[in-house]
Amino acid sequence: MDLATTLTGFVALYIFMLAAFTGYEIIGRVPAILHTPLMSGSNFVHGIVVVGAMYALLNATSTVEQVIGFAGVLLGAGNAAGGYVVTERMLEMFKPSDRKGAGDQKKA
Amino acid sequence: MNLTAQFVIDASYFAAAFLFIYGLKRMSSPVTARSGIVVAGAGMLVAVLASFLYYFGVNDAALPHLGTNVVLAAVALGLGTAWAWWSGKRVAMTAMPQMVALYNGMGGGAAACIAAVELLRTSAVHQTIPLLLAVVGALIGAISLSGSLIAWAKLNGNINGVWRIGGQQILNGIVFLATLGVGAYIVFVAHGHADPAVVAAFFIGALIFGVMMTMPIGGADMPVVISLYNAFTGLAVGFEGYVLQNPALMIAGMVVGSAGTLLTLLMAKAMNRSVSNVIFSNFGAGGGEQQGEIKGSQKPAEAGDAAINMRYASKVIIAPGYGLAVAQAQHKLYEFVKLLTDAGVEVKFAIHPVAGRMPGHMNVLLAEAGVPYDMIYDLEDINAEFKEADVAVVIGANDTVNPAARTNKSSPIYGMPILNVDQAKQVYVIKRGQGKGYSGVENELFFADNCNLVYGDAQKVMVAMIQAVKSLEGGGH
Repeated sequence: MDLATTLTGFVALYIFMLAAFTGYEIIGRVPAILHTPLMSGSNFVHGIVVVGAMYALLNATSTVEQVIGFAGVLLGAGNAAGGYVVTERMLEMFKPSDRKGAGDQKKA
Repeated sequence: MNLTAQFVIDASYFAAAFLFIYGLKRMSSPVTARSGIVVAGAGMLVAVLASFLYYFGVNDAALPHLGTNVVLAAVALGLGTAWAWWSGKRVAMTAMPQMVALYNGMGGGAAACIAAVELLRTSAVHQTIPLLLAVVGALIGAISLSGSLIAWAKLNGNINGVWRIGGQQILNGIVFLATLGVGAYIVFVAHGHADPAVVAAFFIGALIFGVMMTMPIGGADMPVVISLYNAFTGLAVGFEGYVLQNPALMIAGMVVGSAGTLLTLLMAKAMNRSVSNVIFSNFGAGGGEQQGEIKGSQKPAEAGDAAINMRYASKVIIAPGYGLAVAQAQHKLYEFVKLLTDAGVEVKFAIHPVAGRMPGHMNVLLAEAGVPYDMIYDLEDINAEFKEADVAVVIGANDTVNPAARTNKSSPIYGMPILNVDQAKQVYVIKRGQGKGYSGVENELFFADNCNLVYGDAQKVMVAMIQAVKSLEGGGH
């Protein structure tokens, strides 16, 4: 992976800094009732790691690299898909009281 | 690299980064939360599909393997997605924290895998900074993987109790420093051309440290640890993103890293602990020794009497805990609450920040039973109202309503914010028996003059309460 380092030094630092403040701002104002879904939601978001694992696997040149890359994609896909499903299931249940007559409790 | 393919990949990653942040933002309000995860999900789909375009730009060395690699990637994606989808649909809401831990550990493992491929590619020319971040990301990711697996096993009941040995912290320190030393060797001495055995030793050390760090931590503290590992995985993903020069990974990883860190601090604060206190001390092991004398006696009450008392109250506040969910009594509880509100009683739910097994877990469990979120109040919003309440009901909660946290300086939970249920005119505590809470601390509330205990399984008690109120209505006509 002889990558051309285009996001060098300070550009990378700017990205990291702005992303860190973004995460801080998003969570900082959230009511406690959403902490569990949001933790699960942020867990889903770092499932993007699967994309990096795909890059590593597609560029694999030996069996060892293929095995590790395969494991990476497998684990990353599990992170992304699992994170999505459980977050969606949790958020699906949050309803305001004017809809309580619907009574559509999901049994998954 | 084919320029069109590269442009599509770059544009897709930009879209994904936007959709992640916008989705998380929508997830931060109950009204828009549901659409938030769908938005973020769309971002993930776009990014993953675009990544197949790497096909047009692999290194020359990888060209002979390209066909195999693409098939492998598709198979791994399919298998991982199918398994996670299936398991995520099946898991019970009460078991959600350990499932999040498991998925999180997988993400940490994936980040470690990316680093492993990079570190084993000894033919490449390595620059120091990407190499350093690869090693740090690998360390954090591997710790997150093995630590999350232990956290999952503990909450799932596969590993019971805590596992401690003498001098544990010294041993942990030695393992950590040794792993760090090997990592430093890979970066600064071998410059990324280390022997595969050395790289393997580095990963094994990190994995062992994750296990050793998590094993001594008790079940009550596990949510904080899971949240911490969630932040760890985010950081690891961000660092590996720099190594791969992939801004989508950098942004998503760092957003989660900082959001997860803040969430961890909020959780620890809600439990009146510091994060280092959770990781390095052993709470709950020796608890219950330094008890003061508690005056008074525990007074039992019948479920039916308690129910009728509530039926004629004007304001009732319910403080549920994890015990409610264990007894699967949320649905019956809400049925009872609907009877009360139909009779004109004002009913509110008061949720302690650490009720359930994660902050907000109790809200999810109540939502599952159909309780609307605008009946549910956080500790800060409701604590002043207990004084005006005729009845406060505690169901399957203990430490979160213990007045000793306000008054008894020798208590291990002193200083933790609690729900002031003891200030209501009448308190009913529904519990299975005379046991202590998760922290092993005796509860003064149960001995208070205005407190009566309704013993029994929460589900059966709720059924009895529903019957009592219904028979009352029936007899009144």
